Amino acid sequence: MTAATHIRWFQDCGALASAEVGGKCAGLGELILAGVDVPPGFAVTTAAHEEFLQAHDLRRHEAELLGAIDYEDVAAVAAASAKLRTLVQGSQLPAGTVSAVEAAYGELCQQAGSDTVPVAVRSSAVAEDLAGASFAGQLETYLWVEGSEAILEHIRRCWGGFFTAEALSYRHRQGVADQLLMSVGVQRMVRARTAGVMFTLNPVNGDRSKVVIESTWGLGEPLVSGEVDPDRFTVDKVTLQVLGRSIGAKQIEHRPDPERRQVVVAEVDAERRAAASLSDAEALELARLGKAIERKFGGPQDIEWAVDGDGSEIVVLQARSETVWSRRERRPAVEKKASALEYVLADLLNR
Amino acid sequence: MTTTAQRRFPSPFDVEAPPGADDWRRLYPYYYLFSEERREFEEEQFWFFDGMHNPEPVYPFDTIMPESWWVLLNQFLTRVWMVPPTLGIDQRIVNGYLYVSPTSISDPAEIEARVPHFLQRAGDYYENWDEIYDNWIAKAEDCIERLRAITFPPLQEMEPIETVTSRRGTTTAWDLIASYNRLLENMHEMACYHFELNMLGYGAFMTFSDFCKQAFPGIPDQSIAKMVGGVDILFFRPDDELRKLARLALELDLAGAITSNEDPDAALAAIAAAPNGDKWRQAFEAAQEPWFWFSTGPGYCHQHRAWIDDLTVPFSAMRGYIEKLQRGERIDRPLDQILAERERIAGEYSELLPSDDDRQAFGQVLELARKVYPFVENHNFYVEHWHHSIFWNKVRDVGGVFEAYGFLEASEDIFYLHRYEVSQALYDMLTGWATTNPARSAYWRDEVQTRKQIMAKLRQWAPPPALGKPPEAVTEAATVMLWGITTEMVEQWLGAQDGGQGSDNGDLQGFAASPGVAEGPARVITAVDQLDEVRSGEILVCPITAPSWAPVFSRINGAVSDIGGIMSHAAIVSREYGLPAVVGTGFGTKQIHNGQRLRVDGNTGVVTVLPSEA
Repeated sequence: MTAATHIRWFQDCGALASAEVGGKCAGLGELILAGVDVPPGFAVTTAAHEEFLQAHDLRRHEAELLGAIDYEDVAAVAAASAKLRTLVQGSQLPAGTVSAVEAAYGELCQQAGSDTVPVAVRSSAVAEDLAGASFAGQLETYLWVEGSEAILEHIRRCWGGFFTAEALSYRHRQGVADQLLMSVGVQRMVRARTAGVMFTLNPVNGDRSKVVIESTWGLGEPLVSGEVDPDRFTVDKVTLQVLGRSIGAKQIEHRPDPERRQVVVAEVDAERRAAASLSDAEALELARLGKAIERKFGGPQDIEWAVDGDGSEIVVLQARSETVWSRRERRPAVEKKASALEYVLADLLNR
Repeated sequence: MTTTAQRRFPSPFDVEAPPGADDWRRLYPYYYLFSEERREFEEEQFWFFDGMHNPEPVYPFDTIMPESWWVLLNQFLTRVWMVPPTLGIDQRIVNGYLYVSPTSISDPAEIEARVPHFLQRAGDYYENWDEIYDNWIAKAEDCIERLRAITFPPLQEMEPIETVTSRRGTTTAWDLIASYNRLLENMHEMACYHFELNMLGYGAFMTFSDFCKQAFPGIPDQSIAKMVGGVDILFFRPDDELRKLARLALELDLAGAITSNEDPDAALAAIAAAPNGDKWRQAFEAAQEPWFWFSTGPGYCHQHRAWIDDLTVPFSAMRGYIEKLQRGERIDRPLDQILAERERIAGEYSELLPSDDDRQAFGQVLELARKVYPFVENHNFYVEHWHHSIFWNKVRDVGGVFEAYGFLEASEDIFYLHRYEVSQALYDMLTGWATTNPARSAYWRDEVQTRKQIMAKLRQWAPPPALGKPPEAVTEAATVMLWGITTEMVEQWLGAQDGGQGSDNGDLQGFAASPGVAEGPARVITAVDQLDEVRSGEILVCPITAPSWAPVFSRINGAVSDIGGIMSHAAIVSREYGLPAVVGTGFGTKQIHNGQRLRVDGNTGVVTVLPSEA
């Protein structure tokens, strides 16, 4: 096996590669192809996962441990889960994968001009293979991982994520076959001053002429998980004007802390709570970006983004199709009339 | 919680006259006053202060303007187009200030009965709009031409010999009576043309606007206006002429004559003395007809003089343009950009609609709105500026005859008489002239003095924003679109009346009229003669702006007005100049002081007074 099959740089992860790099990394690849700024990184492929499973005969262990298990027996599931995860996390990665990851990480470090650039290590399951089982929110992302050794450890942790007690029960309920493979994304850590989510429609009423942005200080995690009241911006998609702006309490922030080399969770002081975490100019740039991504991908999008570092460079961390309004049938805006005059009359009568 | 419907504004019958102005009613005709025999009806109506057209107490003569639309606009709504739900917009005067009251039909059967008539009548006009508008311009220009031809010869000791030699039989006295009657007729004729098209124009625009608001909740009014607005707007022509003259002055090496003389007469004298002066002077003269018939106010009041009579505003604007050109800045309005934006915006919104039927409907209502819009934008120049400015001068000419005969002290005193009182006074003067006996000029001289004192007192009175019974919701089209009055605003007035403030944090809320955010020191302007106080980079705060203020728009950072909706002049001009503006704040000129630092958010309609820079 060559290095190219153990890892793939995000820019080489188009939609066609999704069986190899999973949904998340394929999405990032598509964004890069579309010219969007995405923090650089690479996917450890499903082929590397497969090689790892085979090298340690892990499928056999899995079958033995889960074969006769009673899924109603919580303690038994927990015990099997612990055994499997220890096994996964304790097994060495094959040398080819190790050297490929080391080389790729070396390149990331070189690009960043640092010996140990911090990265985020993200699970990227092959969602298409899971027949609707998305593992939503169950697979892990590890922030601020530094050095090859730690990265290799967290890759195994991601793979072990298929064997958490929740994941085991979930797989059982969903009837997911056991041939599961997972790619892992290794991405340069965003030193987010501000981050959040953007919808390229108004999620409240489905109005497609708006872009609605929610933002909070630091990384976007507490916003996505609903731990903070974010700031909210409504932008007109056509004229690119901020139409509405409300300041949320932004109680806490997840802040990348270079000195402590980790993400710290901190209370936000009163002054920064009251301040907007995003300038109008940044909101407009985001909306412009959202509009471009929507156009490229052919439908309303749900986008995770961050404002990186000290400047205000906006990067996109994820973009996926909006699912609520996009799946509904769109109702006509007005009742059809024969002529402009009839519309004038209707307008006069309906005021 | 009490609802709007249960709370009330003061009864018009309980409003007290300001001290020293108890007798204000003598200035106005009886039909303008609240009266006991109509009390039951009047107290149940919602009356709001029309500060947009008449921010000051109305001069008796100037009532001709609101009186003309009282009949002529309303007749088009209720008797000509049979606009289904609309009854007229009524008027009264309280302590000299004009209050108006829109009403609607509530009986569904009555509305239904008017529908076929409306479709037939309005349909005919919409269908043939372009041709009708072309004819309209011809009618308006002809009306103005006939107005210009009206003259008021002085009364002389002896009739001119031509009266004899021409054998015409009619005389100066007859000329004066006939000319004065023609003057009034001409004014009403122009008002007919004014209202012949404007309500249909606004109706079509409103339909498009409401369509957009339904399809795209929260769409800014300015985006709607941008999709419809044209670029070849007549009321920007006068300002365009000034830009041309500024350029020409630079070319001819005459810039200094204009920039170093604040007084227009001094500037003109300096130009006359310069080598190329004649050439510039010719261009200047050519630009004046008709473009300097441009009122420094909205044109409804006689005290707003046109540029042609007061060159202060155009010369001040030219100074600004010359200085900009000397700094190498662009002074043109970006017309090509505006037009390209209009097409892009309309195209993108259309694409975002849910269905092809919607796109078809959008196309239909947009097409109609664009068809009517040249009238909506341009009629102001023909009517309020060109025609009315000449009209006010003709009234001054009548005043001049009174003055010359010694009947009134000054020609301007004529504005203290109602137009029908002028008819009486004219006849009175003619009896004196014809009999050679004394006329009752003392009666009018005393009356004018009394009225001057009363008006001075009335000016110090602050008219409440509304009287009578508040509506449950403000829905009448003109009220919202022209006056900028909304249900929320009525609520705010009721709140302020109950002892509350406009807002808790001192922010002022108005209409987002023109996008962008600007900061700068406030310059509060309440009268046009203060316009030259405006300095570069300031935020203009005014009761209402007129299009002829456009020249200062190239100097300021943003604009805030007390009154006006999204279709008001301030809004349109600001959009054209790409200047952040908030209109209809209600209290801007009262709450904001000169020099305070302001933030004008033309996207959200909020004006914030910033902490002073210590």
